[in-house]
Amino acid sequence: MEHITITNLLQWIATGLAIGCIYAMVAVGFNIIYNATGIINLAQGEFVMLGSLITVSAYDNWGFPLPLAVLAAVVIVGAVGVGFERIAIRPVRKPTVLILIIITIAGSYFFRGAALNIWGEGVYKIGQFFGETPIRLGGVTIRNQVPVIFVALIFVAVALGLFFGRTMTGKAMRASSYNRTAARLVGVNPGNMVMLAFGISAGIAGLAGAVMVPITQAQYDSGPMLALKGFAAAVLGGLGNNVAAVVAGLLLGVLEELSSGCISSSYKDPIALGLMLVVLFFRPSGLFGRKDLSKLSEF
Amino acid sequence: MGWSNRTALLAFVAAVIATPFVFPDFYYKLNTVGIYTLIAIGLCLLLGYAGQISLGHAAFFAIGAYTSGILTTHFEWSPFLAVFPAIAIAVVVAVLVGLPALKLHGHYLAMATLAFGEIVHKILTAWIDVTGGPNGLISVPLWKVGDFKLKYFGTEREAFYIVWGAVIVGLVVALHVVHSRVGRALRSIHDGEEAARSLGVASSGYKVKVFVLSAVYASVAGTLYIHIKGSVTPEVGSVDLSILFIIMVIVGGMRNIWGAVLGAIVMGIIEEWLNDMGMIEDWLIVMGMSKEWLSEPQKWRLVIYGLILGSMMMFIPQGVLPAVRQGLGFLWRKVLKRRVKEAVDA
Repeated sequence: MEHITITNLLQWIATGLAIGCIYAMVAVGFNIIYNATGIINLAQGEFVMLGSLITVSAYDNWGFPLPLAVLAAVVIVGAVGVGFERIAIRPVRKPTVLILIIITIAGSYFFRGAALNIWGEGVYKIGQFFGETPIRLGGVTIRNQVPVIFVALIFVAVALGLFFGRTMTGKAMRASSYNRTAARLVGVNPGNMVMLAFGISAGIAGLAGAVMVPITQAQYDSGPMLALKGFAAAVLGGLGNNVAAVVAGLLLGVLEELSSGCISSSYKDPIALGLMLVVLFFRPSGLFGRKDLSKLSEF
Repeated sequence: MGWSNRTALLAFVAAVIATPFVFPDFYYKLNTVGIYTLIAIGLCLLLGYAGQISLGHAAFFAIGAYTSGILTTHFEWSPFLAVFPAIAIAVVVAVLVGLPALKLHGHYLAMATLAFGEIVHKILTAWIDVTGGPNGLISVPLWKVGDFKLKYFGTEREAFYIVWGAVIVGLVVALHVVHSRVGRALRSIHDGEEAARSLGVASSGYKVKVFVLSAVYASVAGTLYIHIKGSVTPEVGSVDLSILFIIMVIVGGMRNIWGAVLGAIVMGIIEEWLNDMGMIEDWLIVMGMSKEWLSEPQKWRLVIYGLILGSMMMFIPQGVLPAVRQGLGFLWRKVLKRRVKEAVDA
């Protein structure tokens, strides 16, 4: 435990914001699939893990330049998401919540196992995108990668806002999540929208994995904890609400770093998850949500 | 309990008694399988009958193991006494978690129980003074009657009979619960909670009760486990193990206690098989394949479980036992009956 000083507090907040960006991106990934289908994809953490490991491989082993390595992670993980929806989600005959939860658990096992066989048990990382010299602001040191993660989050938020607000496809996706039958009546194919949701969500997870790997490192089993934290952020914000998820993700990251600094780093995960449980138990519509907004989804 | 359950129970008891004699080189590996089976029976009541998922049940297994482990090593209790506080703590925790959590539905319940399991797992790892941290507890006293100790990997049959004896007791209790008013209430909650409530079933009370009961099963299994094995690490509380329990209940057929028993035995043997290099190599040689083909079976564990679970849910979500029963029924109606009729007519 370190002394609690203003500098330390600011340092913890800065680090927490960086980690929070990652949680926010995972949370947004959850929300997109949840909005389109009413499913919580428990394999979301594995998509992030795959994004990290693919970036490392593309950069270190295949000799891709960095931007292309990140793009490769986004595209490949996006394709994995689409494939997962087509192979495992779509053919389900009786899609009850229980069956869909268990299928996404099966997916997370499969992807984790595949990663174990491809990459082994090693811990992987690459250098920070813009060199190792940290940024100093007063007494606070920020790692070079932090602004990159922040930009990635803003890019995702703005791009999604434009996609859902301005494009025909985005509006069609929203329409089919509000009312499948009505969407079908006006010529939207809800099945394709679900596939697209899985693709976008996995692509965002791939991007999150790519930009975070210089700081967090990656291993075949880093998925489940990321998924839990991302879900915690999504719940804190109110499931389905992307803007709130971003705020909640940042909040969760800061809270976790503060508890790690002020209490003990070994208890930061129980504290973050405990907070999620408290919110789930007492305000299931999220910190920012209104009670009447927590609707029952289709499945 | 109807006659079919009684017959099945008798056959099961006979199988348990016979196993050490039929498989003298192998049976002691089924001790772990028996412990898994006990947990699966409890979880089946929750998942299959009440329709409520728990992705954190390994936490109760760990609570049972650690409570009696700590009482026996630090405070020199007898394992026979330590069972009771272990059960009591599991009950208290299950009530505290179950009361608010079981108000949640579907994904929320899944994630809440997952988070609960992970919290317990992390605390076991972090609270070094009490739990021994990542190394866990070692030299925990074994079950002892007089001078006689029950070892886990010994060739003594006693440990096997104690574990499977507990499974039989657990099975009888579960079958009685299922065929009582409580069991019918649970099934009505599964099929439609609103409808059940409107007919006067106090659904939330039943849900919490069955959650607590399944936690007791897991806690007793934890106590059994630690005093046969003599050591424990925080991994007994891992989410991975919780999900293995879910897989067991689902593979056999979650809407039937016998399905859970079947699933736990099948998946338990696969788990032991994947954890045991030597056995895999023997099998590969039997099948005429080279050893190198599967040099590290552990590496394939996650992929195999993912494929089993995924294909089960996609093609036979009701589980193996009901599927086999349906298949046999189909065969009987379509093929055999006609043949018999033809034979009789001729």
